[in-house]
Amino acid sequence: MTATLAKRPATTATADAVIEVERLETHYGRRQVLFGVDLKVKRGEIMVIMGGSGSGKSTLLRHLVGLEQPTGGTIRLLGQDMNDLDPLAAMALRRQMGVAFQGGALFSSLSVAENIKLPLREHFRLDEKTMDIMVRLKLEVVNLAGFDALMPAELSGGMLKRAAVARAIVMDPKLVFFDEPSAGLDPVVSSALDDLILRLRDAMGITIVVVTHEVESAFKIADRIAILDQGRLLAVDSVKNIRNSKNQRIRNLLNRVAEEEQIDAAEYLSRLTGVAPAPSQSMPHDR
Amino acid sequence: MRIFETVGRGTTRAIDEVGFAATLLGQSAFWLTFGARRRQPVRSGAIFAQMVQMGTGALPIATLLSATIGIMLAIQSIHTLRLFGAESFAYVGIGLSITREFSPLIMGILLAGRSGSAIAARLSTMTINQEVDALRVIGVSPVRFLVAPALVGLLFVLPALTMWANLVGLAAAGLFVSGSLDLSFAAFVSDTIRILTANDIIHGLGKSVLFALLIVLVGVVNGASVKGGAEGVGAATTSAVVQGIAAIIITDMLFAFMVTL
Repeated sequence: MTATLAKRPATTATADAVIEVERLETHYGRRQVLFGVDLKVKRGEIMVIMGGSGSGKSTLLRHLVGLEQPTGGTIRLLGQDMNDLDPLAAMALRRQMGVAFQGGALFSSLSVAENIKLPLREHFRLDEKTMDIMVRLKLEVVNLAGFDALMPAELSGGMLKRAAVARAIVMDPKLVFFDEPSAGLDPVVSSALDDLILRLRDAMGITIVVVTHEVESAFKIADRIAILDQGRLLAVDSVKNIRNSKNQRIRNLLNRVAEEEQIDAAEYLSRLTGVAPAPSQSMPHDR
Repeated sequence: MRIFETVGRGTTRAIDEVGFAATLLGQSAFWLTFGARRRQPVRSGAIFAQMVQMGTGALPIATLLSATIGIMLAIQSIHTLRLFGAESFAYVGIGLSITREFSPLIMGILLAGRSGSAIAARLSTMTINQEVDALRVIGVSPVRFLVAPALVGLLFVLPALTMWANLVGLAAAGLFVSGSLDLSFAAFVSDTIRILTANDIIHGLGKSVLFALLIVLVGVVNGASVKGGAEGVGAATTSAVVQGIAAIIITDMLFAFMVTL
């Protein structure tokens, strides 16, 4: 089961940093979404990335898991530069990480067991009996024992997310990403999922990155919290320090105070008329 | 001015889609050739499942359409040739039309509607539900896992259905002709075999191979380019069928022009 990396390029990674993000920038067309984000996640910690809608937290996650390429900056996962990976090294790296998507993203045509087996089938040569045992083990971890034969459509929202966690951890990864684990769940189920995330860190020593906008959940599970605001990293600190932060934008986020959207007059006019702004007019992110 | 902008945008999008389709084809060929060596094979089970889904499911309607086309061609041939008193030569037109034109075309259109739409709907739903993203983060190429099996499956299924349509269409036409012209069915079969050459069969099968490529690529391009939710899935599916059928008919004409004349 131990996956070895096909390629280990020279790295400047600090000993206990599992994720190192430096000056990360990204654009969607002309619009800049992330502005020089720097972030380090230490081995065995739970890092929660928070921010309001449109803050860039989901975009940051998509970059971290390799679904999108940045327009600037670097991301090193487990010491490897994501921009400089050959396909085999990328494959080996992916064996060491798992992702639990917001909606579960289970393959609807496969049963729960087949969904969890898929990464094993694709990366290892294991017999069916071994895979069955591994599936049952992981389903026990996420409290879904006995549900292996069900199809994703037959699961509730909470069960779907737990099944997605089982798939994310089936290869015993060093790093697991969660995208909005509490979204759409009632408080009890959401709390149970938080407990599961803590259990994964404590029992399996997995480094965990969680993207969420649920303040209560973040305070419960996080070792450190990173706050993103309009594509910029506002703070990375302990739960205690974030909770006591004097920064008004952080306070607004934690207290769920809505902020007036800052609208550039020229851009607003251009949006209304459909005419592109004159070259002298700057985009909001240039200001 | 707006019309130029619309035409320009449409052209750019079309070029973009053709480029995407070419990339998909290249990547599928790559995984089919080198996948096993990289321990990432295109699984035969997935190909077989696609073949069963696309082929077996289409067999009843393919049989019905082929028989109908055969009878329709027989009616028209007898009617036309009777003007010259040459209806006993109906088998010539029927044999050549079915094998060279109607079987591949009708089967192509049938599968563009049936399988092309299914491919687009499946891929667009998977894209919206982040299942394609999930494949990527697991380290599985979506092209190897989703596109290549459908491509290989249809490359077997469409020529096979075309051959089946040849047999059913000719048999149905033969039964009608023998009933209408006081000619034995055996004589019709014997005359048809005499007039048909291997080239006629290959001509039809060659078209069906091209149509299979078009159906899968058009379906995948539309499915992967989905935007929005359920409405986007519907739009992608409709586009896959319309573009697939249009591509098949245009390719059919070009193929016939280049190979026949």
